[in-house]
Amino acid sequence: MKPKHLSLLILTLLVVAAPFFFPSGFYYRIGALIFINAIAVTGLVILIGYAGQISLGHAGFAGIGAYACALAPEHLGLPPVAAILLGAALSAALAWLVGRPILRLHGYYLGVATLGLGILISMVLSNEAQWTGGPDGIAVPDLGLRGLLRDLGWRVGAGELWYGLAGLVMILGAWLALNLFDSPTGRALRALHGSEVAARTMGIDVARHKLHAFVVSAVYASVSGSLLALMNRLITPDVAGFMHSVQMVTMAVLGGVGSVLGAIFGATILTALPQLLTVFHQYEHMVLGLVMILVMIFLPDGLLPSLMKRLRGRDGE
Amino acid sequence: MNTHKTLALAALLAALGAPAAMAQIRIGATVAETGPAGALGDPEAKTLRLLVEQINAAGGVLGEPLELVLYDDGGDPNNARTFATRLVEHDEVVAIIGGTTTGTSLAIRSVAEEEEIPFISLAGGIEIIDPVQPFTFKTPHTDRMACEKIFEDMQAQGIARIGMISGTDGFGASMRNQCLAVAETYGITVAADESYAPGDADMVPQLTNIRNTEGLQAVLNPGFGAGPAIVTRNYRQLGIELPLYQSHGVAGQAYIDLSGAENAEGVRLPGTALLIADQLAEDDIQRAAVIAYRDAYVGRYNEPVSTFGGYAHDALAILVDAITRNGEAEPDPADLRDAIEATSGLVGTTGIYSFTAEDHLGLDLSAFRLLEIRTGGWTQVQ
Repeated sequence: MKPKHLSLLILTLLVVAAPFFFPSGFYYRIGALIFINAIAVTGLVILIGYAGQISLGHAGFAGIGAYACALAPEHLGLPPVAAILLGAALSAALAWLVGRPILRLHGYYLGVATLGLGILISMVLSNEAQWTGGPDGIAVPDLGLRGLLRDLGWRVGAGELWYGLAGLVMILGAWLALNLFDSPTGRALRALHGSEVAARTMGIDVARHKLHAFVVSAVYASVSGSLLALMNRLITPDVAGFMHSVQMVTMAVLGGVGSVLGAIFGATILTALPQLLTVFHQYEHMVLGLVMILVMIFLPDGLLPSLMKRLRGRDGE
Repeated sequence: MNTHKTLALAALLAALGAPAAMAQIRIGATVAETGPAGALGDPEAKTLRLLVEQINAAGGVLGEPLELVLYDDGGDPNNARTFATRLVEHDEVVAIIGGTTTGTSLAIRSVAEEEEIPFISLAGGIEIIDPVQPFTFKTPHTDRMACEKIFEDMQAQGIARIGMISGTDGFGASMRNQCLAVAETYGITVAADESYAPGDADMVPQLTNIRNTEGLQAVLNPGFGAGPAIVTRNYRQLGIELPLYQSHGVAGQAYIDLSGAENAEGVRLPGTALLIADQLAEDDIQRAAVIAYRDAYVGRYNEPVSTFGGYAHDALAILVDAITRNGEAEPDPADLRDAIEATSGLVGTTGIYSFTAEDHLGLDLSAFRLLEIRTGGWTQVQ
């Protein structure tokens, strides 16, 4: 069995098996949040892990996806599913337009440029209150899936439904990202990650491939934002905020930015940890910071890849 | 190494899955103890902890001790929704108090309405209870009422043309909209409409625009946090002589300290009885409740009370009153909701609460008091 299929199998088994260990319905909510974060983080694996480009503004695309689901059904009369696609298309278009100039930058400069993009989107969402409802947020219409299932005689709770739906989308996203890894594009991305000069010498169109990775990851973030909005039925500009961008990158780096499974692992830890730490909530940021520092020092590849390497011994990977 | 990891994992799982202790009345709360709204959420959390302790020391409610399950959502609506779900599904509380900001309150409201658990919000936004939702109540005055109270006073002074400078945060933006919406009914024209971002350190340009606008008679500053204090200081530096009105968002000692007492002199704002506890008339109906809460809070935390802690005090008082009237230590959420809606003449620090099926705020303008800052303290404008 190829590692790709093994990864997908493990992921599917975990998603299906986890509910058997849930002591209460609240865990479906945490599960769904983990999956939604994992979708955005999978996009960052393609951008950061495969192509080696940083983005500190991806929450901006999540914001576009989220507000598309809030605004398109009301103003354009689109069904929420079409709004998800519209949000993704808008995010892709914006990423394509903005990505062309800013992806020429490297390192910190690229970080700052993407950060600016994210902050701009979040400012627009906060300030254009007549459209977006301002900082207090805006209600999001119902996806209608629960009603549809009820009509088919199948009653499911909101928690279970979103757990299943977000889990499905996450597995789909992981499947696409894993496929990309072994494709010619994936190999080109990894080559330019290693050395742009060498990649260019080999005949790889560096600018085009970087842009592709940026656009694809923006679509992942947008879908994640859309799902969050539809699940919560309320969205505020926080979804596009700087902290959310940083959170996404942290999840990717913590779990292991080069591997899809690792990034999902990172999303799981950083989503579940604050729930475990409510007893010490004053120290939550300290603990998160400490975890981050320790991982960076002792497990620089991220938690999962480093652990796998340990388990496999010296000849791993 | 491996045993350590296993032990750590087991400990974490135990912390998450700890079973609920029985035979207690569990009350859930999620407030913004930290984050941008921390100045509001912190006294709310402190108040809830203090009062639950006091109630339990006095024998609990219906002979059962109260148990407070309190989470810090940091003012993030997504977190607030997660914690609300946790309170309902995992902690199995009888009711939820919380939602420091309007955004978090709306997030909690959707969970409370879906799961049919009574929810008492501590945030100002009118949209929380308008239109009325069956399970959602709130204790603070709405921002629209604050505008009305201020405009009432302006009208009495013969002020008809004002300038506004508003924060672009949720509180400032929402109150600005409400004030613009009701200004006309009081015959007031908003001739200058400026804004500032929450982190701004200098409001001189906006205030200069206001100073240069012809024919203004007063200035109103909807906002909370540090912004209004900076506005007040800049206002005096520019030598603007017009009366300055602030919102209930700064009704606390911190505002006077940040502005400087001499700068805040003469500023008017709508506030609650809590701030003028010692000046209340002997026969004032709120006097006993206000002084008892203030003395307990100051005695425990050694810091001045704020209106926000008062909102939490009132929410808990309403809930305890409803549980007592309902008479069951394990109340059915629907019965508890009915009991809350039947609350009548309950004296809180913010005002006298009487809920009806159409009114889930239960306060009128009379509970709001127009205050003026005099020599670094609060006085009531008669």
